[in-house]
Amino acid sequence: MQKRLAYSLPDEVLEHVFSFIQSDKDRNAVSAVCKSWYEIERWCRRKIFVGNCYAVSPGMVIRRFPEVRSVELKGKPHFADFNLVPDGWGGYVLPWIAEMAGAYPWLEAIRLKRMVVTDESLELIAKSFKNFKVLVLSSCEGFSTDGLAAIAASCKNLRELDLRESDVDDLSGHWLSNFPETYTSMVSLNISCLGSDEVSISALERLVSRCPNLRSLRLNRAVPLDKIANILRLAPQLIEFGTGAYSAELRSDVFSNLAGAFSNCKELKSLSGFWDVVPDYLPAIYSVCSRLTSLNLSYATIQSPDLLKLVSHCPSLQRLLVLDYIEDSGLEALASNCKDLQELRVFPSDPFGVEPNASLTEQGLVAVSLGCPKLQSVLYFCRRMSNAALVTIAKNRPNLTRFRLCIIEPRTADYLTLEPFDIGFGAIVEHCKDLRRLSLSGLLTDLVFEYIGTYAKKLEMLSVAFAGDSDLGLHYVLSGCKSLRKLEIRDCPFGDKALLANASKLETMRSLWMSSCSVSYGACKLLGQKMPKLNAEVIDERGPPGSRPESCPVEKLYIYRSVAGPRFDMPPFVWTMNEDSTLRLS
Amino acid sequence: MQRTERDLNYKETELCLGLPGVGGGGGGASAAAGGGENEVESSPKTTGKRGFSETVDLKLNLQSKEAGMDLNQNLENGSKETACTKDPAKPPAKAQVLGWPPVRSYRKNIMANQKNNSEESEKAAFVKVSMDGAPYLRKVDLKMYNSYHKLCDALAKMFSSFTMGNYGSQGMIDFMNESKLMDLLNSSDYVPTYEDKDGDWMLVGDVPWEMFVNSCKRLRIMKGSEAIGLAPRAMEKCKSRG
Repeated sequence: MQKRLAYSLPDEVLEHVFSFIQSDKDRNAVSAVCKSWYEIERWCRRKIFVGNCYAVSPGMVIRRFPEVRSVELKGKPHFADFNLVPDGWGGYVLPWIAEMAGAYPWLEAIRLKRMVVTDESLELIAKSFKNFKVLVLSSCEGFSTDGLAAIAASCKNLRELDLRESDVDDLSGHWLSNFPETYTSMVSLNISCLGSDEVSISALERLVSRCPNLRSLRLNRAVPLDKIANILRLAPQLIEFGTGAYSAELRSDVFSNLAGAFSNCKELKSLSGFWDVVPDYLPAIYSVCSRLTSLNLSYATIQSPDLLKLVSHCPSLQRLLVLDYIEDSGLEALASNCKDLQELRVFPSDPFGVEPNASLTEQGLVAVSLGCPKLQSVLYFCRRMSNAALVTIAKNRPNLTRFRLCIIEPRTADYLTLEPFDIGFGAIVEHCKDLRRLSLSGLLTDLVFEYIGTYAKKLEMLSVAFAGDSDLGLHYVLSGCKSLRKLEIRDCPFGDKALLANASKLETMRSLWMSSCSVSYGACKLLGQKMPKLNAEVIDERGPPGSRPESCPVEKLYIYRSVAGPRFDMPPFVWTMNEDSTLRLS
Repeated sequence: MQRTERDLNYKETELCLGLPGVGGGGGGASAAAGGGENEVESSPKTTGKRGFSETVDLKLNLQSKEAGMDLNQNLENGSKETACTKDPAKPPAKAQVLGWPPVRSYRKNIMANQKNNSEESEKAAFVKVSMDGAPYLRKVDLKMYNSYHKLCDALAKMFSSFTMGNYGSQGMIDFMNESKLMDLLNSSDYVPTYEDKDGDWMLVGDVPWEMFVNSCKRLRIMKGSEAIGLAPRAMEKCKSRG
């Protein structure tokens, strides 16, 4: 007994030590040391991240971690962003809020991604958590400005309200007025996704003027340019700012007012917004350009010369989001001016056009990869590519961690050699040893997957479309990629064999999505019935899979690991393949 | 170890659920194209953790690429037997493929909204601009400019080989001066032409600016020599308008 005491530290001391351990991975490791550490750790874990809201039930989380202050949940699979997941699939947050309302009265932060959030959920949040501070709704849907009004009215200590890229039913701009006059704690407000209905500018101005700690403000398109100057003058301490529509009739008084307001913001580092840009107004931001580290021009439909000029004023840029209007010439300018660039995203201005809308080719990306030594993260849409370019990029930028290339036309070959891009992407995975995320496109055979399985040992997320020849491709990936967590596949000739042979691999991953592939209903059933720790769900809008032969391929398959068993909120077009399905009445 | 056989038609290779510790890495190790032996032998390593001894008997034999082909064949045979939906490996029709390219809906609508918004409020006049020899199209909003001069400036920036050297100070072709016109059209410089409401191709600059904006449907920048055929029509229309 004495020996034991000598070697054990008091709980409070351990708890104090644990409080310095923030990462989930480390926390999980701590809790696995011994029973007493498990107990202590679970009582002092304050932050939880659930990457798939169906992997665990709210009850299980609450039982294990009774004193949580911050919850982050993700719902729908990534391909939901591209309309591949039918409406009504799931991802409802209400059951979580309902249980947390009782269990976590001191909850401070809720961060959700791709979840369905209703006004009822928002109202429940508003009245249940007295010290609520942070609400981030990323790519969520299902709520309206009424729900926001409830949050505004009740959450006296709210610091962060971020609706990034959510789909909000814009019923009225007056929800902003629901923030009481005594409310002064806003630090970060992002309403950029709100529709074109008017936001009450006066309410916005009053809010901004009484929140001295406001550091990040992203407005929506409806806020006109001539109102920006006033808002900026009320908040010169801003670090991040998103404009509304950046267009107005060119008037020198409006221009100089705007330029003056921008120059007043000495700490501004990030700009976004820029819908409907009138190029003549761009010089108004020149005074802040030298300090800018992040610039989002992905809605700015301005042409290459204007983009080039703008980018040349921003030598400190670390992150740039832009449309393909920037063209190869603009990217060359970027490469010579912005040596601190870490992340580049180039979006297509005309994704469905058959002819190229702008002179953007693989050359632009090559230029940036040659000129920007710190480049780590790339998202690039283009219409032509070559293996030579990919090899150059790979050799010059072995520090890439995220590489997402979208050659717009499916199965496009190397325009120089007419060959598949196996060699090119092979070079990427071979040289970029820390690559965590990869999206493939263009013409690809099983060979590229062999390369990926061989080299991409740190790869966590892989997106594949219109690629491969056979099950071998899938087998290479599942058997070779040790760190793989998320795999999403569409329109590839992958079927049952590789999937079944690597079934246990799926338990080491968060999820697998396969749509328009060749996985049979029979194989899905086998997986579901034999792998109790996986939820195998078939999404098929043609009706019950049982009404077709077992060898018939399913439309979509979503498999994810879960300790909660099959879910109860499946819509009529989603079928669980797990054993319990035999009990399900449908 | 029993093997579970459900309703699966696996003829050549015995494929069942895979255990952890499958020698899958071996398959990919030899990246040599062709000839390499990609045999993945797997001795069942029962870890005891999983506990589904009744089902797991790992036998994924990928001898070589040919085995892969056999698997493929097998699969195709299998799918032919069933009266099922389309072969997913068939290339999609030229019509839009669902969810491709992977652009989020609020981004897809940028161009559309751009046009809709301006069309509703300011009635923008977007027209496509093509230039002979350039592999891309542009769109310009004619409402953004208030003169031919400004338009030509913008076009020059977009298509750098297009010079407007032969335009007068007004930026308009001097249609009244027949010889000047013929000089221009005989040169190898590029001239802008446009398709008007009637479907006729005209030289840009033949009508007052406002009228041009209202009647222009499409712009095309072509070599002067190719535009020669347009001149007489231009002159005639010009004269008829007085």
